[in-house]
Amino acid sequence: MLSSEDTINQTQAVLNAENVDIYYGDFLALKGIYMEIPKNKVTAFIGPSGCGKSTLLRCYNRLNDLIPVFKLNGKITYHGQNLYDQDVDPVQVRRRIGMVFQKPNPFPKSIYENITFGAKINGFKGDFDQLVEESLRGAALWEEVKDKLKQNGMSISGGQQQRLCIARTIALKPDVILMDEPCAALDPISTLKVEELIHQLKEEYTIIIVTHNMQQAARVADYTGFFNVRVTEEGKRQGYLAEHDLTEVIFQNPKEEATKQYVSGRFG
Amino acid sequence: MTSISERRLEQRPPLEKIMDTVFLWAARISALAIAGVLIWIITLVFIQALPAIGQFGLGFLFKSTWNPVRDEYGILTPIYGTIVSSLIALLISVPIGLGVSIVLSEDYLPTQIQRILVFLVELLAAIPSVVYGLWGVFVLIPFLREITPLKGPSMLPAALILSVMILPTISAIARDALINVDIGVRQAAVGLGATRWETILLVILPAASSGIIGGIMLALGRALGETMAVTMLIGNSNQLNVSLFQPSNTISSLLANQFAEASGLQVSALMYAALVLAIITLVVNMLAQIVVTQLQKI
Ligand SMILES: Nc1ncnc2c1ncn2[C@@H]1O[C@H](COP(=O)(O)OP(=O)(O)OP(=O)(O)O)[C@@H](O)[C@H]1O
Ligand SMILES: [Mg+2]
Repeated sequence: MLSSEDTINQTQAVLNAENVDIYYGDFLALKGIYMEIPKNKVTAFIGPSGCGKSTLLRCYNRLNDLIPVFKLNGKITYHGQNLYDQDVDPVQVRRRIGMVFQKPNPFPKSIYENITFGAKINGFKGDFDQLVEESLRGAALWEEVKDKLKQNGMSISGGQQQRLCIARTIALKPDVILMDEPCAALDPISTLKVEELIHQLKEEYTIIIVTHNMQQAARVADYTGFFNVRVTEEGKRQGYLAEHDLTEVIFQNPKEEATKQYVSGRFG
Repeated sequence: MTSISERRLEQRPPLEKIMDTVFLWAARISALAIAGVLIWIITLVFIQALPAIGQFGLGFLFKSTWNPVRDEYGILTPIYGTIVSSLIALLISVPIGLGVSIVLSEDYLPTQIQRILVFLVELLAAIPSVVYGLWGVFVLIPFLREITPLKGPSMLPAALILSVMILPTISAIARDALINVDIGVRQAAVGLGATRWETILLVILPAASSGIIGGIMLALGRALGETMAVTMLIGNSNQLNVSLFQPSNTISSLLANQFAEASGLQVSALMYAALVLAIITLVVNMLAQIVVTQLQKI
């Protein structure tokens, strides 16, 4: 399924899914995923609603551990280490692999404290003021909020909140940033800002972004994974990775008919 | 064909409009009725308290004599007892109630057991206060006599019973507040590598603080006004005593004890005491409002 394998393998894989099945209770939500996420690239996950994009994304930093019925078979490795090994501490995983959510979710604390929270719980000893400025600059938000750092993080606009959430994530200096439809709640201008930001961030970080916006995937992603749903004989909807390749290939010359239909907007 | 711009908006059916008006006024009248009842009660109490207010003035609050024979009255002891018993009750039940609410709002326990525990805690609120009083008389006081210098009804058992009685209020309201914290905020904290305790203590509890404080204030209101169980346990003595092992009194147990046989100026003095209790409760509630709105602003 993984075509253009050579191109993907030329760069080093940070995350690697090997024959991953994901269950919610008895429900097999995603089946047979093999997928390599290359370092310092942006990978987009696209596909119809309910195909399991968020589900897989949350596996990469073990956020699914919060869901009691969640179960994973197979292997997801991070720099070669199986994230689901017994001796892996999910808290440590999340400190290396950060997440930005669909709905901006700043803490009901000041902008300043929103940024320092992650650093504090990690026992950060450096200069907090500097960390706050750096992170906010990194998220292209500094100029807009530098005079109101004491204000509640929930009192700024939705687009600013989302960039605050990104700033909060990069303050942890993670290795990978996962973004689940980060622009879904944003206006076009904020969306553009976040996209520009993603371009800058990939210099230092590996990024996976889930998006329903084809243009966005085409604009920001180096690689794109197209997930699809099939209906099993028992009538259950089961997600799978239909095609994973360079973004140009997915959008201009996909191997699968379903991919072609989906990216051109002719999808059921 | 008429174009859209030429089409006029249609009138809504008259019945619909009438219903709107009826509903609006029903809501207004209900709201006014609540305020009206409150003002009516306070006014009546105030009028009946007037003779005692004239006679004793503010000195009423600072004297601890209660002598129906000589018609000399002061409620220092009951004021002290009311406040101290309530504060001790809070001191005990706030930490326990918060602990209970955290356990019952997280997924530490299997859902079945959790549901049963939630139900049991709520059941605590359904026990009539006279039953608490009886339990205090026959179980708690004898037990305390074994392990403390306490001889009989006094401040300590009254405060302890109060703490049990307000526990469900605190834990139920705090649990609701904790559960209602946006799931996104929890995911954000966990996603940043916070452990469960860091998430609860640094994010969830602060986010729920206005609701929790509201619950504590409601519980305090209940403790201040609780009558039956306290009356059975506190000893009803108007001697001012700082020791928790000595009998004391609260305003509501003073009222409950004396009203049946009171006459003349004593009735008026009791009304004065009732007014003071109402004012204390009102002040507590107003403070709660202020604290809650301040917290919501942060
Ligand atoms: N917590 C959960 N418990 C049970 N089933 C779940 C849970 N979360 C998701 N699912 C199911 O798993 C499947 C994949 O869901 P997921 O949220 O990953 O889809 P998605 O691709 O992100 O969709 P969307 O584009 O709408 O966000 C769906 O059938 C969904 O109903
Ligand atoms: Mg999703």
